[in-house]
Amino acid sequence: MAATGDLILEVNNIEVVYNKAIQALRGLSLAVPKGKIVALLGSNGAGKSTVLKAVSALLPMENGLVTEGRITFDGEAVEQTAPHTLVRRGLFHVMEGRRIFADLTVEENLTAATYALTGRDIAPDFDIVYRYFPRLAERRKSIAGYLSGGEQQMLAIGRALVAKPRVILLDEPSLGLAPLLVEEIFAIIARINAEEGVSMLLVEQNASVALSIAHYGYIMETGRIVIDGPTEKLTSDRDVQEFYLGLSHKSYRDIKHYKRRKRWLS
Amino acid sequence: MAIEFIDIVETSLAGLGTGSLMALTGVAFVIIYKATKVINLAIGEMLMIGAFVFYGFSAGLALPIWASVPATLVVAALIGGVIERTMIRPLLKDNPVSVFMVTIGLTSVLIGVVELVWSAEPRRLPEFLPQQPVLLGDAFIPSKTAYSFLIASAVMAVLITVFAFWRGGIALRATATDRAAASSVGIDVPGVFSFSWMLAATVAALAGILVGSVGGISSAMGLFGLSVFVVVIVGGLDSILGALIAGLFIGWLEAMVGRFMGGEFKLLATFSILLIVLVVRPYGLFGTHEIERL
Repeated sequence: MAATGDLILEVNNIEVVYNKAIQALRGLSLAVPKGKIVALLGSNGAGKSTVLKAVSALLPMENGLVTEGRITFDGEAVEQTAPHTLVRRGLFHVMEGRRIFADLTVEENLTAATYALTGRDIAPDFDIVYRYFPRLAERRKSIAGYLSGGEQQMLAIGRALVAKPRVILLDEPSLGLAPLLVEEIFAIIARINAEEGVSMLLVEQNASVALSIAHYGYIMETGRIVIDGPTEKLTSDRDVQEFYLGLSHKSYRDIKHYKRRKRWLS
Repeated sequence: MAIEFIDIVETSLAGLGTGSLMALTGVAFVIIYKATKVINLAIGEMLMIGAFVFYGFSAGLALPIWASVPATLVVAALIGGVIERTMIRPLLKDNPVSVFMVTIGLTSVLIGVVELVWSAEPRRLPEFLPQQPVLLGDAFIPSKTAYSFLIASAVMAVLITVFAFWRGGIALRATATDRAAASSVGIDVPGVFSFSWMLAATVAALAGILVGSVGGISSAMGLFGLSVFVVVIVGGLDSILGALIAGLFIGWLEAMVGRFMGGEFKLLATFSILLIVLVVRPYGLFGTHEIERL
């Protein structure tokens, strides 16, 4: 991977324990180069969201703790930093399940995100949100709780745009959305990355759509990384194709197919 | 018994005076609920301790009024901050019911502190409002009622304006809706918690000074909080405007019923209103409806 100076986010060998009892991550490392999209893939319960919460310092709210390892954002350690301070430094976490403020209007949701600009000399800009998501412009006075699922996801990403971050952590933006809408939203995510130069760490279950916009990918299982590489390498890997992209090389004549195991598990 | 028009007017005005103080206390309750979703049963006692702190400054230390009021508000804010930091924040991750129970305990603690320092005896605050009764046409309003109405209204007007136009109002509501999401957009959630408790304690102390100047102070004056709960439930737990309107209305209603039907009917009237509102509009007149998309 790139040299350390080009990394905006670096996770080194972290271990995370929930409730002082349940180990969720065991020695996980990854890196996000400046201006790139890095995908973090894996099945349910692999610990993908935990990685993001560890990075954005939201873990303590769920009784989780990073017990080992280091996380550095733009060369500075993030441990012991309050989550809102990290946001104000330019690390924005779009949480799983959208987590918009349902009682507030679209515009008030965006106003809430202007707190991320505290201490930085940047004027709030909602137009950028409405440019990427024209549908939100039509509904700016609507109560966010009544938006459709797709619009709520747009609003969640829109709040990130208002915050003018250098890194966005995206947790399952495809969750509960129709396939067509997923493609639309991912196309916009790729545009935001290209046009605004924001680096992204993207967590997804939907591996094919995530790898279609990412530059680099990590695949994790039970708390650690099992494969990583540039997306071209991952998409051509037979194991990844079979277990994550749903492509099958086996024919029904191959009666021993069940013997094929994920070889990294042995 | 013929009811005279002037009697109705005077009773109404006196009722609105009491109502404005209930409304102001209700606003203090709402500020905490709005930001933290904590139902603070100790709001009446926070009012009481504010009144006693004022007594300490104005009677005990014999400070002039222009010094003792600001000093009281500062001390009240500190008390609010200490309560939040030591009793509420450690329970943030726990069940809301435990926080609710802690506020019940807080009532006893505050009463105990006041009785230790000042004893349980009722006292009078030094006179500081102008003594001249106010005449509105032919209607006679006791000066303390009139001035405390004016002060309470002015403070509430300022608070309503500030929360309508200042983005901090949005930060409070965002924090109440979803704490993790609020910190994920850069809102300082512990800061919002401290701020709301300090502001609420300050507003409650101001209400305490006014309530005490009208009716005297005692360690039992926190009972005033009971009517305030009715006010905030009727107005909607998270609506400042609701607290204002419900406060004035319930104050007026209690005065009218007390004057023309007898004191024993006051609570009957108040709680009947509470019952009706809960049946018709469970979120209160101005409260936020929970959004449920199916």
